[in-house]
Amino acid sequence: MKTFNYHSAKDVKEASKLASSNSAFLAGGMTTIPSMKLGLASYKDIIDIKRIKKLSGIKVSGKTVTIGATTKHSEVANSKDVKKAIPSLAALAEGIGDPQVRNRGTIGGSIANNDPAADYPSACIALNATIHTNNRSIDAEKFFRGMFETCLKSTEVIEAIEFSIPEKSSYQKLPNPASRYAIIGVYVAKHKTGINVGVTGAKSCVYNDKDLAGALTKNFSSSAIDSVKISSSGMNSDIHASSDYRANMVKAFAKKAVDAC
Amino acid sequence: MASLVGSRVERKEDKRFLTGKGRYTSDINIANQTYAIFIRSPHARAKIKKIDTSKALKSSGVVEILTGEHIAQDKIGGLIAGWAIRSEDGSEMKCPANPPLAKDSVNFVGDPVAVVFAETLDEARAAADLVKVDYKVLKAVSNLGEAMNSEAIHDGIDKNLCYDWLLGDRQKVKEAFEKADKIIKLDINNNRLIPNAMEPRACVIDYNTASEEITCYTTSQNPHLSRLIMSAFGGVAPENKLRVVAPDVGGGFGSKINLYNEEIVCSWASKKIERPIKWVAERTESFLTDTHGRDHITHAELAVTNDGKFLGFKNETIANLGAYARVFGTVTPTYLFGPCATGVYIMPAAYSNVKAVYTNTAPVDAYRGAGRPEATYTIERIVDKAAMELGMDPIEIRMKNFPTEFPFKQTLVHQIDSGDYVAGLNKAKEMADYDGFAARKKESESKGKLRGIGVTSYFEACGIAPSPVVMMLGCGVGLWESAEVRFNPTGQVTVYTGSHSHGQSHQTTFAQIAADELGVPIENIDVVHGDTDKGTFGMGTYGSRSLTVGGIAIVNACKKIVNKGKRIAAKMLEASPDEVDFKNGEFVVAKSNKKKTIGEVAFASYLPGVRDEVKSPLPEGDEPGLIESSFFDPANFSFPAGSHICEVEIDPETGNVKLDKYTAVDDFGTIVNPLIVEGQVHGGLAQGIGQALYENAQYDDSGQLITASYMDYTMPRADDLPDFNLGFTCTKATTNPLGVKGCGEAGTIAATPTVMNAVINALGGKEISLPATAEKVWKACKEMKKSNAKAA
Ligand SMILES: Cc1cc2nc3c(=O)[nH]c(=O)nc-3n(C[C@H](O)[C@H](O)[C@H](O)COP(=O)(O)OP(=O)(O)OC[C@H]3O[C@@H](n4cnc5c(N)ncnc54)[C@H](O)[C@@H]3O)c2cc1C
Repeated sequence: MKTFNYHSAKDVKEASKLASSNSAFLAGGMTTIPSMKLGLASYKDIIDIKRIKKLSGIKVSGKTVTIGATTKHSEVANSKDVKKAIPSLAALAEGIGDPQVRNRGTIGGSIANNDPAADYPSACIALNATIHTNNRSIDAEKFFRGMFETCLKSTEVIEAIEFSIPEKSSYQKLPNPASRYAIIGVYVAKHKTGINVGVTGAKSCVYNDKDLAGALTKNFSSSAIDSVKISSSGMNSDIHASSDYRANMVKAFAKKAVDAC
Repeated sequence: MASLVGSRVERKEDKRFLTGKGRYTSDINIANQTYAIFIRSPHARAKIKKIDTSKALKSSGVVEILTGEHIAQDKIGGLIAGWAIRSEDGSEMKCPANPPLAKDSVNFVGDPVAVVFAETLDEARAAADLVKVDYKVLKAVSNLGEAMNSEAIHDGIDKNLCYDWLLGDRQKVKEAFEKADKIIKLDINNNRLIPNAMEPRACVIDYNTASEEITCYTTSQNPHLSRLIMSAFGGVAPENKLRVVAPDVGGGFGSKINLYNEEIVCSWASKKIERPIKWVAERTESFLTDTHGRDHITHAELAVTNDGKFLGFKNETIANLGAYARVFGTVTPTYLFGPCATGVYIMPAAYSNVKAVYTNTAPVDAYRGAGRPEATYTIERIVDKAAMELGMDPIEIRMKNFPTEFPFKQTLVHQIDSGDYVAGLNKAKEMADYDGFAARKKESESKGKLRGIGVTSYFEACGIAPSPVVMMLGCGVGLWESAEVRFNPTGQVTVYTGSHSHGQSHQTTFAQIAADELGVPIENIDVVHGDTDKGTFGMGTYGSRSLTVGGIAIVNACKKIVNKGKRIAAKMLEASPDEVDFKNGEFVVAKSNKKKTIGEVAFASYLPGVRDEVKSPLPEGDEPGLIESSFFDPANFSFPAGSHICEVEIDPETGNVKLDKYTAVDDFGTIVNPLIVEGQVHGGLAQGIGQALYENAQYDDSGQLITASYMDYTMPRADDLPDFNLGFTCTKATTNPLGVKGCGEAGTIAATPTVMNAVINALGGKEISLPATAEKVWKACKEMKKSNAKAA
């Protein structure tokens, strides 16, 4: 690991001020630290945001659940409020990595990192999330830009993620047997305003599958999915799953998700 | 005193391991130590044109940088193959030189070319980045199936072929096949595995400038053997100036049998720079450079009669040695594989033909089971296929071909002393509720799932020893084991063993044995291992040999103690030695009912002066003290055996395989500690299941290891495994006084075919290669659906 300057920010303003194109925020460190250790990334400044109280915690209001950026996966998984309002979101958090990862990794870090195989981005898409930063609020559909890419500026700090509470929803994941990230993960959510199908793991970036959503809008049942054609073009292919298998699994897991709603 | 052999004594090791107090190599720090970082080839195959260390040498904190040139100048020898295997045509095997630091060419990704020693680890790393190695990259040979048709990697080794070995009689097999009603044919792979010991390899070297002795603390399964090789072949120092210590070692599974480049280089360099050296592998280095396991391609054929009698068997196998031949590399796919490939069956004729080839991949060597898992996989898969093609029940066909009389002369090599294969399979059948399978299958089907059942019967040749036999087969050393038992004057006992525990719990098992032999409480017995300066000598731990060979040496040394004790007690009790009985730690003269405890006798043995009425307790000719040693070399291998049955449930929509039930019935002869044995079986099963469903080391065409981290290499996890249902049968080994057979590898040997037989059973006989990953199984399910639709 290359040497770096460590800062512990006392508030968001200070964190943002210290940040540059050669810095990283330290939330759970579950991505940043391994990539630094492996020599895949190096930074001049590491800005620890874990001590900023305001960034952590879960709030449920009538229509939304708002989760602070540094809230840990284990906190979301075990939150009575989340389990009650959006049980599928708590279940998603429970299925991330392993206990050690869940006890450190944070929701803000996960979506800022936007790993194509991460779980939370699919929830953001399916649950019409709004990402609140220190200077704006961004719709999930606009937030995720591409592989490990978001619309965040390097000095921008995610403060909280606000999810709409759906009528029903389910997240179903085919875990990579080695890492347990998603080979594919499908998040189906039925809102009064419409249906979203957030798909992660399949392509270079999370997306809302409009074809699946369209079929489910007509008929919210797993048999409605049978006739949807899912092309393997543009799908990821690696030693764990070919693009053809992924395309088929998007369908199989969408059906599982609808059945579990 | 109740016998401890057979009881569930809790492990003496647990306290220190569970409280984080184990003392591993990387826990050792020596004042003034330097840190080593190895510079490794990023290419699978290349010529080294130039190594420029000038900039790195000026980097902060650098003490020294050494390369293959320095190794050559100092005439330091390389790594060796421990077994000489001959080809069918009588020619000797071909092995390339394997210098500890490559000088002219590199042959796998991770092959070390240079080493930096610096004051701190960070400085060593920073300097390593500045070492410039100029390579001429060559086309890598990374595909096993194509290796013999590819360019030769090593000068003078045609077709990349180390040997083309035959065991058995081709003519007899031909005749048997001509008489067959049916020939069953099978093409299989045996996937490459990476051992992944929890503790990565490490070494800490301390050169004593006064005594000129080198102490090498290292992660080894056999420190004496490492010292021997480092001295005799490496030329690092004479054995008397070399001490090798393997303290607590966090798992080996075969990958820590070998002496590695890093230990030779650091030991040699420590003397050169006159500073201690510490090197600890990073996990990536473990993936790249620990010896890997398995990696075969096999074509097998079984000749059968219509009613399921086996007439003959043959297999043609290509085995991957990786870039170099290492200690057990050449014997694993031959004598540890071929003899076991006919399984637990009466097989009138058989041969195994193995071509071992070099590729630009990490060296392949013994990995838990070593050869026997590959053999058992071959025969047990083809026996299942035969049952299917003949429309027979898999248990019936096995029963039909089991030997029922022992000793049983197995087809190719072994004379199996004892066993009862029928009893084992019957017990497994009952414990697994084999007859209830049809109902469970129906239930799975009602949920849209497929269910399969798999059976395996295995035997293995382990307790790897008889020196005359192994040396005849090509082994470079004798594989006896030694022990020394020391009574201290104040009555505690220290047992030194030449075997090594890196998860096997010798401190408990061996203490139980000694406690029974000597009648001393187990708390007063310590087992010491892993230090060439302590105890006599040792050949180490692998091949399930520690108890069957090393344990017996302890028994024999204890018997010598008791014999000497009898002579001393007789003198003290004024009787003749043959009037003295030894029982429960007491020497008793029946006619006078006088007795002395073994503690009193031990004390007296150290004080041979006038005591009480006795002038001296030492009989004429006996020397003071109560210390005895023994070297045990058994007459034969030992032959554990058993039958395993498992059930899997498959989701045809996703290909996910759930291992639902697993029953293992094993015959390990006498069981010293059931608690420990069950633990060994559990661990072995997890690894065998890992091979069947998850683990798979893969290289790409350019020879890059694409599964070099836990992000891509799938280890089995606790939540992948069902509760194991374990049972035991017991026929005692007749070749050692305890009747023990060894249990370390059995689970790994039986589990892979058991699981694959179940998967393939669920798929209606459709073959898939190892491992049965979700995508492969999903594809097979799709094809099955198609062909079922056609049939209907
Ligand atoms: C073994 C392992 C298994 C895993 N398995 C899974 C899995 O199954 N599914 C899954 O989804 N994930 C998985 N992860 C990832 C994990 O869930 C973490 O969420 C993820 O690593 C990032 O979160 P973090 O809090 O650790 O972020 P950090 O590593 O601290 O930061 C990551 C990046 O996010 C930025 N960042 C962090 N917080 C903020 C913020 N508030 N505002 C702006 N930028 C910010 C940082 O600058 C940095 O670039 C796994 C990780 C490991 C190590």
